[in-house]
Amino acid sequence: MDLTCTEDEEDFRHRLRAWLAEVLPKLPDRPHPADWPGRRAYDCGWQRMLHDAGYAGLHWPEDAGGRGATPTQHLIFLEETERAGAPYVGAGFVGLLHAGPTIAAEGTPEQRARWLPPILRGDEVWCQGFSEPDAGSDLASLRTRAVRDGDEYVISGSKIWTSHAEIADWCELLVRTAPVNADTPKHRGITWLAMPMDAPGVTVRPLRTLAGTAEFAEVFLDEVRVPVGHRVGEENDGWRVTMVTLSFERGTAFVGEVVACRRVLEALARTARANGRWDDAVLRRRLGRLAAECAALWRLTQWNVSEAQRTGGVPGVGGSVFKLRFSQVRQELYDAAAEVLGPDALDAGQEWVADRLSSLSYTIAAGTSQIQRNIVAERILGLPKGR
Amino acid sequence: MDFQLTDDQRALRTGMRELLERRFPRTRLRAVVDGGAVRGGGLDRALWRELGAAGLFALRVAESAGGVGLGLPEVVLAFEEAGRALLPGPLVATELAAGLSGSLAAGAAQGETVVTALDEGGAPVEYLASADVVLALGPTAVEVIPAEEVARSAEPIRSVDPATPLHRTTPGRTRLDQADRTGQADRTGQADRTGQAGPGRSGLAARLRREAALLTAAQQLGSASRTVELAVNHAKHRTQFGRPIGAFQAVQHLCAQMLVRAESARSVVYAAAVTEDPGDIAAAKLLADEAAVHNARDCLQVHGGMGFTWEADVHLHLKRAWVRAGQWQSAAAAEEELAAGLVSTVETCL
Repeated sequence: MDLTCTEDEEDFRHRLRAWLAEVLPKLPDRPHPADWPGRRAYDCGWQRMLHDAGYAGLHWPEDAGGRGATPTQHLIFLEETERAGAPYVGAGFVGLLHAGPTIAAEGTPEQRARWLPPILRGDEVWCQGFSEPDAGSDLASLRTRAVRDGDEYVISGSKIWTSHAEIADWCELLVRTAPVNADTPKHRGITWLAMPMDAPGVTVRPLRTLAGTAEFAEVFLDEVRVPVGHRVGEENDGWRVTMVTLSFERGTAFVGEVVACRRVLEALARTARANGRWDDAVLRRRLGRLAAECAALWRLTQWNVSEAQRTGGVPGVGGSVFKLRFSQVRQELYDAAAEVLGPDALDAGQEWVADRLSSLSYTIAAGTSQIQRNIVAERILGLPKGR
Repeated sequence: MDFQLTDDQRALRTGMRELLERRFPRTRLRAVVDGGAVRGGGLDRALWRELGAAGLFALRVAESAGGVGLGLPEVVLAFEEAGRALLPGPLVATELAAGLSGSLAAGAAQGETVVTALDEGGAPVEYLASADVVLALGPTAVEVIPAEEVARSAEPIRSVDPATPLHRTTPGRTRLDQADRTGQADRTGQADRTGQAGPGRSGLAARLRREAALLTAAQQLGSASRTVELAVNHAKHRTQFGRPIGAFQAVQHLCAQMLVRAESARSVVYAAAVTEDPGDIAAAKLLADEAAVHNARDCLQVHGGMGFTWEADVHLHLKRAWVRAGQWQSAAAAEEELAAGLVSTVETCL
């Protein structure tokens, strides 16, 4: 059990800090959340800066254009950029964390050469077309159909919860290429395609969330034609191809937010001291308990990252344990914030109130807490498959 | 950074588990429980010496002094196993006393001298009738007192945990308490008894209290992990409605939350063992207490009617968890310490 960083890791941290201190003051102002073209330009601009400084695709393998960094270096990168207040990955999320790693792992040399460099440079934005109105937790029941027509697939159906659809160049799309029947279970018969978002027949409709903003979109596909050469992996093997991607998501996807939790908690304590609510022992103890929860989340992250480092980069099952705790703590944090704010908790213009609304998605997005508990029960604890 | 167990640490944990399986199998736990430790039940001195001979109390004692020469993380791993097996006895106080260089506590490291603890915070004293000496810890004072001296002002209570006899002490009766209240933490004469004289004594008290909290948390962690195993095992084998109850999501999700509690507590207990930071230790105690108590409750629920019986071991985990939760740093104290840490942080350090 060693929590100290090696000389190399400290060296990496210090060079990163120095670079952040130099470049962050030069960043333009953040665009308004509703300004999608502005957000794309800002996020891609930041990615270009990372690329030029040698920090793009840090955790990607070197033969895919990445830096081949260790999981610990990647953790340090996420920790330091969050502490320094650097921009989030934003519009680059799907490309850098889902589509890119999938193409790197499963794509042909031509596909890697075509798609990976623009992701790393911040030239192209990807979105994700996985969930459907009738295929949420039960993702494998998806029904968007792709029919082969010569050198093309012809695709019809609809996708939902697609972030950055308005500004994306490409969509990593899961489609059904074989009907479900006695011989073909639903997990087979799915194919992974890269779909250009400007193809005829693609319609994007923003989806307004309970927070009042349009962070997601629905994507309607009406006989969209995609070249067969845009398929990654074999036909009907897309489920396995996708699982390669999803395992990347759980390792370090929330590091920045765990660091942010501690910062929010300290700000809550300051506010409570200023407005007198700190004198309430119940509230004070509630914040103290959340400090313990934040510490546990950080240590769990370090634990999981160290495990991934030992197993060669593959995140273990600890991801589900982490996500269950994290999503619950995140919601408790903003419930406590509401108590600190008092009457101001009803002012939707307050940053913490907006964050409180956003936090409601945490126990649903990227696998609901119920699905996570199923995973823990069946895959970690070995309980019989239940229905 | 490599926040995983080293091969040596894994070997130590395995060795400790095997030792306890040999020397303290379930039959012996049940003998302690059913033999009536409730009133004056004694500590198994032979077992205590065996544990001492195996090095349990001397893990942190320097090799030059006949110890094993390891660190706090190794003690935490060993105590986690002790908690898992529900090993009875004043383990924490004896381990702490083994590291003190006083004459009264001599023999603690070998398991020859049994040392229990008096926490001036007011928790009952465990195994007082079996102990030779008492390690008394106030907020700033440390004292090692002959057990009979403490026993004169202590009353046995009918302990909720059948494997942990408890005495209630009268507040203000011990000289240590008076010392703390009058601010004389380092009294001439008393200091000689422990051999811990000098200006570092109030720091010593704080350190021992933190280590006590951490080692108690380590045992809670072991119990919390064990009740996950017990619940999962029961859920796999108990059949109702024609299938194992573990196939029902209602039961699965209880078990999943138990694992989440145990693993969250584990990460912060292990980290606290490495950093020895007061905030980390407070977080470790808080989350380990919660994991032990709530996991035992959920384990009881998964066991259904069997869980409510004396025969099943579930209640032993719950009762011991209650005892430990009240020792060294209660939830309220831990939460207040963590809250104070939120406003005193100069540079954010998770």
